[in-house]
Amino acid sequence: MSIEVSTPNARPHSTGVDRDAVLKQWLTLRADLPQAPDWVQGVRDRALPLLQEQALPTLRDEDWRFTDLAPLYQVAWQAASPTGLQIGDLPLRTGLEGALQLICVNGFYAPHLSTTDSNLTVQSLTTLEPSLQPYLGQQPQAGDVFASLNTYSLSDVLVLRVPPNQSLEQPIHCLFITVGDLPIMAHPRLLVVAESGSVATLIEDYVSLGTAPVFTNAVSELFVAANATLNHVRLQRQSLDTFHIGKTGVTQAQDSHYRAFNLSWGAQISRHEPEVILQGAQTDTQLDGLTLAVGTQLADTHSAIAFQQPRCTARQLHKCIIDDRARAVFNGKIFVPKVAQETNAGQLSRNLLLSPKARVDTKPQLEIVADNVKCAHGATVSQLDADEVFYLQSRGLDHDSACDLLVNAFATEVIDKVPVPELRPALRQAILAQLHS
Amino acid sequence: MIIENSPVILSVQNLTAAVEGIEIIKGLSLEIKAGEIHAIMGPNGSGKSTFSKVLAGHPDYTVTGGKVLYQGKNLLELEPEERAREGVFLAFQYPLEIPGVSNLDFLRVAYNAKRKHQELEEVDIFDFDDLVHERLEVVKMDPAFLERSVNEGFSGGEKKRNEILQMALLEPTLAILDETDSGLDIDALKIVANGVNQLMRPDNATLMITHYQRLLDYIVPDFIHVMQGGRILTTGGKELALELEAKGYDWLQEGELAEVTA
Ligand SMILES: Nc1ncnc2c1ncn2[C@@H]1O[C@H](COP(=O)(O)OP(=O)(O)OP(=O)(O)O)[C@@H](O)[C@H]1O
Ligand SMILES: [Mg+2]
Repeated sequence: MSIEVSTPNARPHSTGVDRDAVLKQWLTLRADLPQAPDWVQGVRDRALPLLQEQALPTLRDEDWRFTDLAPLYQVAWQAASPTGLQIGDLPLRTGLEGALQLICVNGFYAPHLSTTDSNLTVQSLTTLEPSLQPYLGQQPQAGDVFASLNTYSLSDVLVLRVPPNQSLEQPIHCLFITVGDLPIMAHPRLLVVAESGSVATLIEDYVSLGTAPVFTNAVSELFVAANATLNHVRLQRQSLDTFHIGKTGVTQAQDSHYRAFNLSWGAQISRHEPEVILQGAQTDTQLDGLTLAVGTQLADTHSAIAFQQPRCTARQLHKCIIDDRARAVFNGKIFVPKVAQETNAGQLSRNLLLSPKARVDTKPQLEIVADNVKCAHGATVSQLDADEVFYLQSRGLDHDSACDLLVNAFATEVIDKVPVPELRPALRQAILAQLHS
Repeated sequence: MIIENSPVILSVQNLTAAVEGIEIIKGLSLEIKAGEIHAIMGPNGSGKSTFSKVLAGHPDYTVTGGKVLYQGKNLLELEPEERAREGVFLAFQYPLEIPGVSNLDFLRVAYNAKRKHQELEEVDIFDFDDLVHERLEVVKMDPAFLERSVNEGFSGGEKKRNEILQMALLEPTLAILDETDSGLDIDALKIVANGVNQLMRPDNATLMITHYQRLLDYIVPDFIHVMQGGRILTTGGKELALELEAKGYDWLQEGELAEVTA
């Protein structure tokens, strides 16, 4: 039960690289990993057999058939190391003055750059408590090759624990920066445990400041306990010589709320996999996304929502704006097994093509076994409406401003829901700026 | 109001225009001077809306011959937005819905585009708010409409009112109202007509397209043109509308081109 909408265009071809050799070489990069508690070392080591069973994907893999990673395999990546970034070098504090800001540089937590709060427990590799054993590396989604590579190469981990029944007023801004003048492979790792009844808003934010290409291979594990609410804004705005692969593994316990806003306009080739497992009944999930791809960017989102209990609700709206020769991919899986009765799920993929060479491949993928459910899905591909453009022009807006206004209008449905209002104007601006770059 | 020696705002000379290769406007001539109100009537499909869109610069319509001078300048070489900033305003027969663009933002951006063109300082959000509330009075519109997306979910009549609100803000030199009366209830018609009358000045002009005498009771035209088959068949004073109301269009024969009022 799925419909597929693809705009016509040839698929790129992978060039012949020895992927096994590439993966082997990548594994050697973890040589200088910092010391970690034994149990953490165990987590790292257990990723090795998973990696040995798997291969780096190519276009021949069903899940990667539109996303050619050949350019990623051709770069001689080096291991990332923490650098002496100074506070003055940091961009983007604007608009979020009150937020707690936790900063990781090249995957390493930088406490000297961060501001924290007593209501929030922040840990990193050297201070990891054994009580985190049930969480770190335990998201069932995190077994694929890139996530396993992250685990195997775990250089640091930023851990946030929101105590039970604690409501955090301010958003927590986790800024993952990559910087350097050599091509580095960084493995940022975020672990969030939102304890029962807690309420928090997280901004997970990826930027690159360096002059050399970067491969960011990020994994976030989010545990949303019973009755907890986690709002999660994920920004991927890395520079155009970045490769970004990110996994967001979420599990939700009974009566919890998880609302995600995945906004992506950075990186030359990006892939994001938000995957939510609804382990408890009566959960509520919102999974919204906004992707902008320009130039020759390729932006791929593969999401999955797995229902496992009755009476859960999920809403997903994923929007892509694609210009020039760029390409966007959306694949949205929704699994509703027999036990998940009274599921209410809706998924909508909406795409705006701004140029004749822009393309999108969108595929909702619903697997529904339970019989007493409401599940709806849809996909649209459109262009700017010439009459709307003319209407705006007839009121004095020039052609480009009219188009901007309409693009902004398309994006606003997602941006207006971002639960950090101070962020919205900056998001709008960033998107238009990228479009004009 | 006909004013002696008042300057010509719009001069259309033997205009022909086509859409998708089909000629719709077939030799249309018309002259409008400052202070005047003109009405165009005519059967469905005679080209009234096409003419209005040609004047506004819609890209689907190709001018194949003739001239259009606006305040002495060639209107046809201006982009649609330049025409708007120079004071040409078209109130659409079917105003578009633009989801996601707030009416207030849209109005402000449009207003400032014109200010900028006039080399005036753009107004900020607060000053604009005052201004727009003042102009809402012209069409007696509920401020709640400012917060909504442009025309989205507006009733037919509300859309028409919103067009006139835009006109009230942009204060055009040449307002072209394409069936602004259709869709308006009787009270709304009075309000909108009253708004349009308030906006009339000796240095601007209005061209309204309508099917009904009723509008002309409220906005009294100086000239009525009857359009058929893409050109002006006859031109008369306001009493022509009554005659049309009584007799329909059939009695006007093709070829019976009345003298074009100078
Ligand atoms: N974009 C277009 N494509 C094809 N035909 C068109 C287009 N626009 C207008 N026409 C045709 O041109 C003719 C004139 O249309 P127009 O809308 O100007 O008429 P009108 O006089 O405004 O009619 P009404 O009184 O019904 O509003 C019609 O036959 C119409 O079908
Ligand atoms: Mg018409």
